[in-house]
Amino acid sequence: MSTGSRTTTALDGGHARVDGDHAPSGGPHARVDLTVDAADENRARWAVVDTWTLVRRELTHYRRQPVMILWQLGFPIISVLLYGYVFSGAMKPPGGESGGYRDFLMAGMFVMTMSFGFMNTAAAVVAGASKGVIDRFRSMPMEPAAVVAGRGVADLLVACAELAILAATALAMGWRSGGGLTATVGAFGLLLLLRFSLIWVGVWLGLLVPSPEAAGGLYAVAFPLTMISSIFVPTGSMPGWLGTVASWNPISSTGTAARELFGNPVARDGSWIQDHALLMAVVWPLAITAVFLPLAARRFRQLGR
Amino acid sequence: MEKVADGSPGRAYAVRAEGLIKRYGEKRALDGFDLAVRRGTVHGLLGPNGAGKTTAVRILSTLSRLDGGRAVVAGVDVAADPRGARRRIGLAGQYAAVDEQLTGRQNLEMFGRLFHLGGRRARLRAGELLERFELTAAADQGADGYSGGMRRRLDLAASMILAPEVLFLDEPTTGLDPRGRGEVWDAVRDMVAGGTSVLLTTQYLDEADRLASRITVIDRGRAIADDTPAALKDTVGGDRIEVVVTHAAELPRAREAVDRVCRGAPATDTAERRVHAPVADRVAALTEVARVLQDEGVQAEDISLRRPSLDDVFLRLTGHGADGDGTDGGGGGAQAVHTGKEIAK
Repeated sequence: MSTGSRTTTALDGGHARVDGDHAPSGGPHARVDLTVDAADENRARWAVVDTWTLVRRELTHYRRQPVMILWQLGFPIISVLLYGYVFSGAMKPPGGESGGYRDFLMAGMFVMTMSFGFMNTAAAVVAGASKGVIDRFRSMPMEPAAVVAGRGVADLLVACAELAILAATALAMGWRSGGGLTATVGAFGLLLLLRFSLIWVGVWLGLLVPSPEAAGGLYAVAFPLTMISSIFVPTGSMPGWLGTVASWNPISSTGTAARELFGNPVARDGSWIQDHALLMAVVWPLAITAVFLPLAARRFRQLGR
Repeated sequence: MEKVADGSPGRAYAVRAEGLIKRYGEKRALDGFDLAVRRGTVHGLLGPNGAGKTTAVRILSTLSRLDGGRAVVAGVDVAADPRGARRRIGLAGQYAAVDEQLTGRQNLEMFGRLFHLGGRRARLRAGELLERFELTAAADQGADGYSGGMRRRLDLAASMILAPEVLFLDEPTTGLDPRGRGEVWDAVRDMVAGGTSVLLTTQYLDEADRLASRITVIDRGRAIADDTPAALKDTVGGDRIEVVVTHAAELPRAREAVDRVCRGAPATDTAERRVHAPVADRVAALTEVARVLQDEGVQAEDISLRRPSLDDVFLRLTGHGADGDGTDGGGGGAQAVHTGKEIAK
């Protein structure tokens, strides 16, 4: 047999020593102590540590591939410029309220950016699943929930960066928040809450679609879902039934709530759902989370079928 | 097999699986699969596509749950204590990848942290493994720029972070060029020399022949053979002598000569100008055939002794060739096997 070793480099024969175990340890070349914590009561702490490790991984991706973040952050900026300058001339300031179309539009652009974010989540999840990185994580003694939690925290951090850049662009274009500091912070909080709820949609879809290529097709779904809402144009300008659908679109509630808090024009259509936008901007994301978080968790567990 | 308590420190087996059952709907991917991997050895797991190799590896490495039977890996029951098993195993190959957007060092540090070594020890261990797997020069380059062989070595390094007792290698050299294959083989031998037990699945039979001291053949979810490569080859038949003549016209005379010396009936292959027959005493037969051919004035281009290959065993046991054959785009794989042989000699 040819199993005979022709090694020249020696190796560390030391095996992982687990607390309470009597495995051999510390071969002649094991310079690093490989004893690891095996106590089950520390699981919550390790869940946090593992999540942070994976958040750092995601942020390192951005650091190593600046083009990726330029794309991701460039898209909303270009959208704001396109909608804000190309369409604004043709758009009447809605509802006769004070302020031009650009004042109406900006909150909508914030919402659009948050909504499209679920595709980034889905794309990252499907890439990890198809390349086997998620399988490697699952074969390791780490906390499995951290795989998803790390993704979510990283996505929220990126969402904060996106909002900051968008807000800077909007300010440069003359947009102002007329609300106080609390109201303005509250509006951004609602935007992040929407993004948070869509993380679970993204994780679920990412584990559902078979390949990264298929994840690209999500745009075909995301685009109309974003358009049929009040984020670009007042729902009053649409045919009656479509306007109703658009008003009940969860992202419309976040858009209207943000407009109210920013003190921007709202374009009232007199619907119940719009009159309760602040409430619904909290209820919708919680409802989405309540549905999709368990779905995503179930899908994740099914990887072990 | 001798009875050894699975949990004892001096246990003889790195992996014990008894009667594993795994169902996917109606289909039984594993149907009473048994496996015993001795400590400190490389154990090959061979089978045609869809035979259950991957399912077996996924169950033993805690990625999939089993529906029946019992599997003990490194002394830990994988169904009862998957977390405990995960501290003692490594997984590399087809179903475990590295993060290609990170550098080699960043990958190993991240995995080290996730194995709960903490930042400082994860950094030290990463440096140690980069050196050991000869990746130090490329440590701070993105893994997406690595060659196939480097990427697999990084993959192996990531699976060796806790110096696990048991390593699962799932088709570790599929798609690699001969040089990459050689690099991975060296790394595997290195790890076994360090005391790690390896369960290896591969579609290259010569790879199993080269690395494994024992082989299990799986088909339709069951182990249909389990022995050393040499013993498996013996089941197909013993050694054969082969004579290739220079001129096809001399084939009948060569056949006569071989027939006179050898115990069994010779077979003739006209297209390749070849006569072959089973022999009992290898060296005596070789000398005798050479002498008779010379006496008869038959010009032989080549006289050789041939042991049955694992391919022969595989064909006999499963009724079809190894799963690399003809399923994935033709000759590329077979070519790689062939050149792999040349290099490793």
